[in-house]
Amino acid sequence: MKKTHIIAILVIASAIAIILSTAGDASTYVSFDQAFQMASAGNKTNIHVVGELKKDAAGQIVGIEPGPDRLSFSFILIDEAKREQTVYYNEPMPPDFTRSEKIVVIGGFQGDRFVASKILLKCPSKYQENKLNAKV
Amino acid sequence: MLHYFVGNLGHLFVITSFVSGLVAAFAYWRATVNNDLLAQRDWLINGRISFVAHSVAVLGVIITLFVIIYQHYFEYHYAYSHSSRHLPGQYMISCFWEGQEGSFLLWMFWHAVIGLFFIFSRQPWEAPVMTIFALVQAFLASMILGVVIPGLELKIGSSPFILLRDAMDDPIFTLQPDFIPKDGNGLNPLLQNYWMVIHPPTLFLGFALTLVPFSFAMAGLWLRKYTEWIKPALPWTLLGGAILGLGILMGGYWAYETLSFGGYWNWDPVENAVYVPWIVLIASLHSMLVYRSNPTALKLSLLLVLSVFLLILYSTFLTRSGILGDASVHSFTDLGLSGQLLIYLLFFTLGAAWLVVKRWKEMPSSEKELSTYSREFWIFLGIAALCLMGFQVLVPTSIPVYNRVVEIFGIRSNLAPPANQVQFYSNIQLWFAVAVALLSGTAQFFWWNKMDRSKLRKELTTPIMISLILLAILIVTTRLTDPGFMVLGLAGLYVIVANSRILYRTLKLNPRLSGGAIAHVGLGLMLIGVLYSSGYSKIVSLNNTGLLYNRDMGTEFNRDNLLLFVNEPRTMGGYEIEFLGERLEPRHKSGYVKRMDIEPTGDPFKVVAKRNIVYRDEVLYQARDTFEIYPENTFYEIALRQDGKTVATLYPRVQMNPGMGGILPSPDIRRNFDRDLYTHVSAPMNREAEPEWSELQELRVHPNEKFFVNDYVAYLDKVERIMELPGLRLGDEDVAVKIYVRIEGEHDTYTLEPIFLIRNRTEVGRIPDETGELGVKLTLLNIHPDQNEFVLGLQTRQKDWVIIKAMEKPLINILWLGTGLLTLGFLVAMFRRFRDESRAASSPQ
Repeated sequence: MKKTHIIAILVIASAIAIILSTAGDASTYVSFDQAFQMASAGNKTNIHVVGELKKDAAGQIVGIEPGPDRLSFSFILIDEAKREQTVYYNEPMPPDFTRSEKIVVIGGFQGDRFVASKILLKCPSKYQENKLNAKV
Repeated sequence: MLHYFVGNLGHLFVITSFVSGLVAAFAYWRATVNNDLLAQRDWLINGRISFVAHSVAVLGVIITLFVIIYQHYFEYHYAYSHSSRHLPGQYMISCFWEGQEGSFLLWMFWHAVIGLFFIFSRQPWEAPVMTIFALVQAFLASMILGVVIPGLELKIGSSPFILLRDAMDDPIFTLQPDFIPKDGNGLNPLLQNYWMVIHPPTLFLGFALTLVPFSFAMAGLWLRKYTEWIKPALPWTLLGGAILGLGILMGGYWAYETLSFGGYWNWDPVENAVYVPWIVLIASLHSMLVYRSNPTALKLSLLLVLSVFLLILYSTFLTRSGILGDASVHSFTDLGLSGQLLIYLLFFTLGAAWLVVKRWKEMPSSEKELSTYSREFWIFLGIAALCLMGFQVLVPTSIPVYNRVVEIFGIRSNLAPPANQVQFYSNIQLWFAVAVALLSGTAQFFWWNKMDRSKLRKELTTPIMISLILLAILIVTTRLTDPGFMVLGLAGLYVIVANSRILYRTLKLNPRLSGGAIAHVGLGLMLIGVLYSSGYSKIVSLNNTGLLYNRDMGTEFNRDNLLLFVNEPRTMGGYEIEFLGERLEPRHKSGYVKRMDIEPTGDPFKVVAKRNIVYRDEVLYQARDTFEIYPENTFYEIALRQDGKTVATLYPRVQMNPGMGGILPSPDIRRNFDRDLYTHVSAPMNREAEPEWSELQELRVHPNEKFFVNDYVAYLDKVERIMELPGLRLGDEDVAVKIYVRIEGEHDTYTLEPIFLIRNRTEVGRIPDETGELGVKLTLLNIHPDQNEFVLGLQTRQKDWVIIKAMEKPLINILWLGTGLLTLGFLVAMFRRFRDESRAASSPQ
């Protein structure tokens, strides 16, 4: 066997290991119900939940509660299966939080509360405005 | 008046560039395959003329688009969406690449420049290489073509010259087709930064440079010149490595200075998409260095060089097709080009794959055994490590693609990228980096000497000893205790020590040969810089107020942010820290202006000085001067003191641009040689929400008599009858009185000017005045002229505040120094190879 072949085999083995580790560490997009079941079953991995902020009939966002000192906050997120869930986040409210149309929370259930370790905001596209703000 | 001409002209240039690109590709193809020398010459001339015409057209597109932006022709969608009248001149250039169309243009521009260089330098490989170039250009031009094929209703490309009324469905255009907005939407505040003026051109030059080796490799396969293509392609690969690396780094540095995630690298898919091609480019480069002695290296070089450009195409597809969707915070939106981008990617991938398969058997191969003491052996190991490094990033970054692919087969996949991507990537990448460092420290010895077992031991002993001693010093002085970090530190030191030795030798021998050693020393410094700046990054804004965070949440939460009320000092990371208030930035002078020193005018960009404005003992403006400011930017003046002395004043910034849908905090960085103190606003006070004031409290005061408001000493200095109020005409019967209340704050004296007004003898009006820096609002409730007494209504609230986060980044400057050396090393090596190349070309065969 040539050394190049040995190197090649090692490379392939590492590549397979990388794919397996990615599959192992990859997160999933789930609903709050699924996330709750996972947490109850002892699965502590962080998952992604996509949702929108709760709004009242007038379109005002409701359910945002600042923590003491404004250093943390909680909010109500409605996932794609329409389930409402209070989400806790240990950072001050991101400045354009209330403007976002879609929110991805990454985290998991601790008991019956959902604690987010990271929030991704999908703001009304920063690159393309769809509505004209006609200043005449 | 709509300016139709300039847009039509631009569109004509776009179409010309597309057509001339196709013509040039065809002509150069004929020039390559034709065996008749005369016909070959004719086709070559045709190709040249078409490519020059193409380049002129590309330049024409760029100039017309720039004229539209610079002249504020807001009837055009591009100018409206990306610019505004108040945008400073230098950022008009950034407008250009805020949109996708402009960044395609930038890419085409660099291809055209490199192509013209080939034509005028009389490259013997001109015809086949330029065939590929022209084809790529035609594909890129098609992205901005903006032509609808009649009958099929198929739209090809998205033109930057589209009119606003065609781009947007707004009722105003049916009422008034000639409507032109007065102002544009403005540039995203993220891009209003000098790094964003130079980072995209550098990055796209890097992209463009990867096309050169790709074209040479394709030409080599095509013309069956399996070894000859490498020599001319090598210097271009080196240049590409330098420029692409520099471009990526500028992006990282921009993120460090502008975004507030506290670092320079976040493993976001958009970053990964350029990181992977660069890593593979480095691998290809090393393979190209040893092709002559090893046919396996030849095949490997070919595959790697082809992969680099294809990975660039793949990354273009990822970032611009919208496929990253939920996975990335900052990918471009879909312009409806995903189909075209996919065709672009597949065309070159399948073309290259077909050519490789067809020619593979013909390529030279070897059955020779590889010796452990040969440099090829060590180089191959390094290449393997680099490729795996790229692969480890590529696999998870492509997760959204897998989801889309299985969707085609009707399976719904909910796979998401790793939840903690920084940890996920960094943990593995660092170990690969250790491997690469150890290999590159060792391989250098094989490079310059013939080796055997005893000689190797002799060569390696000294550097290993020195590295271990240095590591011991680091362990003691910097308390480097984590075993993983020790290994990383040792690898970094070893690569520096080993390569310094080589560097010393090559500098004595011939400085032209020192590129490799310089680059490797840079790599070692980068590893040390990453180790300390990330591994030992420390949050210094730990909340030490003693307030329990949230009783229900337990104590596992980090309390990383600090709430600062104006003029109330706190301690933080060995400093006394005090927030001194909000500041604004004048447009034409450097310095900061206090909010309380200025009055607004009708124009948000202009303000009037209430008093002399002093910044650092220099009078910037006289009282009543009108001057221009940037209303979008608010700075938070924060003083850091040690032993009672101010050691630094920080001005972290928050940009607010409602049109862009963004509130963006940027840090202020206090740079020391050994560490940066990095401070950013994590939550500014919301100015739109009405603050909660306390119950009104009545004060009876007399002129020039001391009284207290919210624990501050105050005086009623002056009473004045005023004849006019802004926006209100006073009649003869009306009476308006303004009083001046001076309040002694911690650092400044504030004057509040409430107004009392009687109209038509009966109607009473009161205009209060307030300052958030003291949390005080005063209303003049009543006046008793007989007793010379004034009744004031006092309300208080929490003072203005800001929440900040601050962290220390040790030795981050070593990282920047390392990247500088890395780039320098590439450039030194490139000059040597270009020189060899031109010598070989000029000497007779």
